[in-house]
Amino acid sequence: MAGAAAADDAGPARVVSLNVCTDQLALLMAAPGQLVSVSPLAHDPRSSAMAREAASFPANHAHAEEIALLEPDLVIAGNFTARAATDMLDQLGYHVERFNPANSLEDVRDNIARMGTLLGRETAARALLARFVTRLAELNDAPETRPVVAYYLPFNETAGVQSLTGEILAAAGMENISEARGLPYGGRLPLEELVLAQPDMILVGQPYDSPAQATALLQHPVLRATGTLHEVPDGQNWICGTPFVLDAVEAMRELRRDWEAAQ
Amino acid sequence: MRLALSLSALVVALLLASLSLGYAPLPLSAVTGGVLGAGDPLHVMVMQQIRLPRTALAALVGAALGLSGAAMQGYLRNPLAEPGLIGVSGSAALGAVIALQTGLSAAFALALPLMALLFALAAVALILLLAGPRGGSLTLILAGIAVSALAGALTSLALNLSSNPYATFEIVFWMMGSVADRSLSHLALATPLVALGGAVLLTLGRGLDALTLGEDGAQALGVSMTALRLKLLFGTAAAVGAATAVAGAVGFVGLVVPHLLRPLCGARPSRLLWASALGGAAMLLAADIAVRLVLPERDLKLGVVMALIGAPLFLHLIYKTRRGG
Repeated sequence: MAGAAAADDAGPARVVSLNVCTDQLALLMAAPGQLVSVSPLAHDPRSSAMAREAASFPANHAHAEEIALLEPDLVIAGNFTARAATDMLDQLGYHVERFNPANSLEDVRDNIARMGTLLGRETAARALLARFVTRLAELNDAPETRPVVAYYLPFNETAGVQSLTGEILAAAGMENISEARGLPYGGRLPLEELVLAQPDMILVGQPYDSPAQATALLQHPVLRATGTLHEVPDGQNWICGTPFVLDAVEAMRELRRDWEAAQ
Repeated sequence: MRLALSLSALVVALLLASLSLGYAPLPLSAVTGGVLGAGDPLHVMVMQQIRLPRTALAALVGAALGLSGAAMQGYLRNPLAEPGLIGVSGSAALGAVIALQTGLSAAFALALPLMALLFALAAVALILLLAGPRGGSLTLILAGIAVSALAGALTSLALNLSSNPYATFEIVFWMMGSVADRSLSHLALATPLVALGGAVLLTLGRGLDALTLGEDGAQALGVSMTALRLKLLFGTAAAVGAATAVAGAVGFVGLVVPHLLRPLCGARPSRLLWASALGGAAMLLAADIAVRLVLPERDLKLGVVMALIGAPLFLHLIYKTRRGG
């Protein structure tokens, strides 16, 4: 016990996170005072499942200068966030760790474990992982009939099987339309092809406050006319590879059961 | 008369082609039945809510732009006057973006085309003021460049400031135009104002014919220049504004179509007006069919196709104008 605590104490003292997903993993596992700053999106309840927990952490804007002044022992970032700033910090000799976006539930587990190691919080990570695995197994109820579902995204895109979204749908007992369409990684599905394919459910994200055509597409009257449109209310749980994806799985499982009951 | 018939036939043929060609293959019976509301309800839904608004909008926007181009060219007696080139479409797009981003159009749907109309009106007024009654090419084009650049920059700014992260991607739409995935509500928003503006522009025929004799000649024939100017101002702003509000700024239609049809219409602007409306509809329908046939997996913009056709012609016209004057 004392040994584990000592190992956990070996982590970096000041951690700065630049990405909404690393923000949440760090918030879940960091020791009190260890995390110094999070990304601005961490405070946005649309993007972050931990907006409330993140509220007391100041936001940084991923400028190299600003981060350096925070004197971090560890900078955690997404692989695609603020490349110029993280490269600069690398050159300046800061310890920068980059996380790939999670594309599967397997990636979620890997990211949790890796974050635990980086923060020197292996015990917390192991506990989180154990809960994750147990709950995922509990959520799987192996249904006999699986509704065909299209997760429709801005720009006429549909989510693929080989994506975090796809794995959430599969874990909830749904069949992804992209499988039959030959789009394993997702891709363009014109509106009329979507409607003609007659999926059992069409899922879309919540509308933004201000309009854009890419997202207005998801409110096209024809989608409502199909009678199978469902708005996903908890988009923040779908974005990042965190244990919150299981909340998304649970919500989708409820939706599937409602659909089954209506058949 | 022959010209009217053949242009109408062309428009009808292209309307049918545009309805039958989609991203998903549909049998012809489903296409015709679907439009009329008969047969498989799924096909009815696809035809009436997806393909019909797209096709109708392409025709409507093309007609508005072709007609406005012909009217402006008739009034300014300059073949380079075109709503897209001189910044009228760009200004209309700015008005539309402001209406959308401020939430004005959410509170009051007609605010979208009306704001576009208002901004288009300001642009046409400014251009007419700057270019003067004769519409010298250099002033016209330079003023157009300035107005276009300002409108484009402000449109980008408004979209960059949006809280919706996807709004920025829309800059291309407002600069290039598209009728993809527009719904019946867009059609309903644009049609009344385009029809009104078009009707006003079509009454200009006699005045524009008289104007070929010069301003004094026209006045001697009893044409009121003030009324002509006001009608042109309002008609162009309404037609281009409402069309742009729902389909973005499609360029070059008003340049290419009158240019192609002018030899067939003799030297009579009145004939060119309705011919350009029909020709514009045909041109944009054809361009939108090309968008879907050439790269169906990409969301190609209408303005790209139009610029590929229009820009070389524009250069040719500049060359001819320079040699002539």
